[in-house]
Parts: sequence; structure tokens; C-alpha cells
Amino acid sequence: MSGLRRFLPGRSWLGAYAAIYVGFLSLPVIFLPIFSVNTAATPKFPLSGYTLKWYEQLPHTPALLDAAWNSLIVGISASVLATTLGILAARAITRYRFPGRRSINGLIMAPLVLPEIIVAISMLLVMLQLGLSLSLFTVVLGHVLICIPYSMTVLISGFEGFDRSLEEASADLGESAFGTFRRVTLPMVMPAIISSLLVSFTISLDEFIIAFFLTGTEATLPIYIWGQLRFAAKLPGVLALGTLLLVLSFVMLSIAEILRRRAARRTSNEGGLYA
Amino acid sequence: MPERPVADRPMIEITNVTRSYGAFKALDDANLVIREGEFFSLLGPSGCGKTTLLRMIAGFDNPTSGTIAVDGQRMEGIPANRRPTNMVFQSYAIFPHLNVEQNVAYGLKRLRLDSAEEKRRVEEALGQVSLNGLGKRGATELSGGQRQRVALARALVMRPKVLLLDEPLSALDKKLREQMQVELRRLQQAVGITFVLVTHDQYEALAMSDRIAVMFGGRIAQVASPKEIYQRPVNRQVADFLGGMNFVKAEIVEEQNASLLVDTLGFGRIKTDKPKAFVRNGSGATLGIRPERLRVLWDDSSAKFEVSGKVVERHYFGEITHLIVEIPGLEKPLSVTETNDFGADDIPVGSSIRLAYDPEALVALAD
Repeated sequence: MSGLRRFLPGRSWLGAYAAIYVGFLSLPVIFLPIFSVNTAATPKFPLSGYTLKWYEQLPHTPALLDAAWNSLIVGISASVLATTLGILAARAITRYRFPGRRSINGLIMAPLVLPEIIVAISMLLVMLQLGLSLSLFTVVLGHVLICIPYSMTVLISGFEGFDRSLEEASADLGESAFGTFRRVTLPMVMPAIISSLLVSFTISLDEFIIAFFLTGTEATLPIYIWGQLRFAAKLPGVLALGTLLLVLSFVMLSIAEILRRRAARRTSNEGGLYA
Repeated sequence: MPERPVADRPMIEITNVTRSYGAFKALDDANLVIREGEFFSLLGPSGCGKTTLLRMIAGFDNPTSGTIAVDGQRMEGIPANRRPTNMVFQSYAIFPHLNVEQNVAYGLKRLRLDSAEEKRRVEEALGQVSLNGLGKRGATELSGGQRQRVALARALVMRPKVLLLDEPLSALDKKLREQMQVELRRLQQAVGITFVLVTHDQYEALAMSDRIAVMFGGRIAQVASPKEIYQRPVNRQVADFLGGMNFVKAEIVEEQNASLLVDTLGFGRIKTDKPKAFVRNGSGATLGIRPERLRVLWDDSSAKFEVSGKVVERHYFGEITHLIVEIPGLEKPLSVTETNDFGADDIPVGSSIRLAYDPEALVALAD
């Protein structure tokens, strides 16, 4: 053991490595809010002064409000659809043992690792073949596809370890299959469902490539931001908007994770001793 | 408290019930009648089919062949939610998103009682399991023992004809388990409902039951009162499963309809009851005697029937001592348990001792 230890870096080295690693990951993200409150239009150090004017201008930009509204519609539709489909799939995969269970699970998870641009192009081809005209509806379909893997991950951890005897106990006490689902299964996995909705909504809200390919004339927020980048003068506004999106995503994902953990703890049916 | 008499009326009739999974028979042609008001235990090692049988009575599983009737009504095609049985699950299956009261009232909601009546019944059930005043407690704030009581109350409040208990005490620590054994028995006597308990713990079954069915490998080996099962096990397997047993080889001298006359090397000639399942195989037979039916004889005493031997091992267990005694002529040494009030814990290993026995305590065992 001691021979091996000689080849491992000391604790101080590990600490420094970790700090640099985390710094590199989050530094760009920190620049966004810093420059968004800078008075100068160009993102450059030294900072010239503090202002909130870029934020104040946001609600007075009609194109931005349209894009935000579109994103909201797409996000809500995609998250509800992805979560509904996710509930059915997660329930089947955690509850039943059937041939092809693993491969089906793998296929559902596939969009997670496929290059998004490839997914976007293939979806575009399929939509056009189906004769669908590009609109927010096609964006919703695309977003459902990429949201399902995330939704499934969250839901499976909610359904997994769900003590089957809870449903048997409900039946034993006279409740029907539907009543059992309504009174026991659903309330218990509700935190996971809400968590899945939040995660899917966040993903849809931030997604650019698929929306870019599949939307018609209506822009979502990321597409609007992409359009604004051509104008140097609009950059601080974009930074302000980006900061807001960042905060929103962070808050929603945090809530989602808290709920997911709560659901996982609930279904384990051991909460009484360890909660 | 006087024992509540068991009515001589069948509550559960299991007739030729088999449950197969492919070629494997989890339960093989089981026949059993459980009486109304009886505390009945299904006892056996894991995989013996006891839980399968219980789940078929509850309606979570169906027999491959054979019939199950509860209170005279055949149960084929009747799903679990419409059977007059309720179950206490091994994991308790307390609904974690509901509090104690809501858990207990869960099944009552379907009956659409008026709220005062529902409240009264919930209170009554909580009282029966000594959980008064804990109604508002969350399910996740309960101790193991309390969860078990909630599971009991939730089933009892439905006033089932049969209460099924699937290893309800196995998750509790030893002390709480022993306390709950007493309480469960008391509760059953108070409410008079037929209890069917599944357990692998022989002491639990012996302590609580009116009758016990001992099961091995999907078959029911013996159905009898705890005392009879313990004192007159039908075969070696049952004898071995319920506590310690010394096996003694014997030669059959004479076989009658109901009795056997045998010769043993250590215990001489013994006349004993012939077990029903006894099948003669040559002239050999096996007798059994429980370790506590052999008593150490001190220097100044003697007995009509005694054997002598040498102590080869001594194990101290607080209130009792366990001695291993070699007897000339016996191929295996005898296990002897002796209470420590007379100093059995001081008998030196290697010393010679004499053991008294009652020939009646030697029982013939089928293989």
C-alpha cells in the first residue's frame, strides 16, 4: 500500500487540481452576470460602472416577449408530453420483466448521446416527409424526443424501489386497480413527476439546435439570442437575458433534484427509520 | 385470561391446492382446514410454500389446481379487493404519504361510512393496538414496532373474517418480538377473528398458535397443537426443525397397529406409539428424545430409568447449560439441557454422569 501511495499526488495537489477544474467550468458562467450590469456595451475589463438599464430594457422589446411566449408554450407542451410518456415507460421498465426490456431502455436513452445536430437533421427530414409544415408544434415534437431520456432518468429513480406491497396493501384493503393508482402510486411518485416536468421544461427552454432546425418563422428564446448576436450593440441585452435564463434554469433544476431525492426516499418505504 | 374456545366450524378450507411454476411445485396438493376463531400458524423454512399459501388465501396468487374456500364461499375468480380477508405485510406496507389515522382509515373510505362512525372505528382500532393519541403522527415518524401496530390496526379496522400475517415480527429485535408475540395472542383472543400467521420461527409458532401446520418443500408435514408438534413430531424433519432432538437408532422387536417395541443400545427395550407416517424399512427405526427430557442425576439420587456417560462438552447459556454426553453404545453423543439451579454449569468436562429419562419421552420418528 505504502509503495503505491508514493505515486499518488499529495492532498494539496488534488485540492489545487479540483479548484482549477471547477473554476474553468464555471468562470465563463460568472462573466455573464458581471458584464450584464456593466455600463459599457462591450464586454471588456476594466468594468466601467454599475447599471441595471440592460435589464430594464428587456420588457420593452416586443420580439423578445414573443420569443419568451413561444418558449413558454413549447416548454410546457414538451415537458407535459415527455413526462406523460416517461411515466408510462418508467412504470413498465421498473415494474415488469419482459424480453427486450434493456434494449428498449437503451433506445429511449439514445438521444442523450447522439449528436444533437444529427438528431435535428433527421427530425427535419422526417417532419418534411410526413408533410408537416415547420412550426412550434414540430419544435415540441423534437423537444419531447430529447426530453424523454432526462424525464425517464428522474422518473425511474422515483418508481424504482417502489415497494409493490404498498399496491397490494391497497388492493387488500378493498381498493380497485385504478383507485390504487390514484390513491397510492400517483401521490408517492408525484415529487418525481414534478421534478421531471421541471427538468424537461428547463431543457426545452435552453435548447437551440433542434429548435433552430424545426421552427418555422417563430423564434424561441435561444433562437432570438442567436439572432441578436449579430448586432454588437445588443450584446449587453443578450447578456442580461442570458443571466435571467441561467438563474431560472439553476433554480428549476435545484427544485427538481430536491423533489427527485424526496421521491426516491419515499418509495423506499424505509423512511420511518432513516428520514 | 381464560382461553377463548375455538368453534368447530371451518373458516378456511384448502382442498387439493397445488401451485406450480413450470416444473417447480411451490405448493403440492395441500389439504387443510382452519377453524373459525383459531390462531393458526404456517411454519416452515424459507421456500416451503407457506407464503405462497397465504398469498393465495389473500388473493394475490391463484392455485394452479384445487380450491380455497373462506367461510364456505369458494374464492376462484374473486380478486384480493373483494375477499373477506386482510393482511399484515412483512414490510408492513404503511402508506408513507399518509399519517397514522389516514393509513388506518384507508380501507374504510370505500365503505362510505359517515364521518363520525369512521372516526369511531379508527379510534377503536388504534386502541386495540395501543396507539391511542398517535393518529396525527406521520407514517415516516414511526418506530418499527409502531409501524407494525399501524399495519395491524389498518387490517383489523376492516373487521375481516380472517386476518393474514406474513412474518409480521421478523423485522423486530428480539425483545420487542417476544413482547409482540404475547400482545398478538392477547389481541386475537380479544377480537376472536381467525388469525393465520406465516413464520419460520418455531418458538413464535409454539408460543402463539392454537394449531400449527409444519411445511417442507411445498408439502404439509404435520398439523397439530403446539404441544403435540413439539412432543410427538411425525418425522425426523419436523422433530429437527422444532428445537433440538437426539436421534437414537433402534431395532424393531415387534410391530403392532399403533405401537412399536424396539431395542436400543443405550436405553434398552422401549415401547412407543407408532407414528402415522411410519413405513417399515427393514428392522431399523429411529427414536427421538428432546435434550431437556434428559435430567442429570446427582450422587445421592437414582432413577428407575437411567443411562451413564461422560461429559465431553459444556456450553453455558445463562439460565441453562448445554452438555454433550457420550454414552457407550450410542453412535452419537447426547445433547442434554439442564437448568442451572443445581449447578449443572459446574459439572467438569470429562466427568462421568448419570442421566435419568422417562421412556415415554422417547418417540418413534418416521424418516
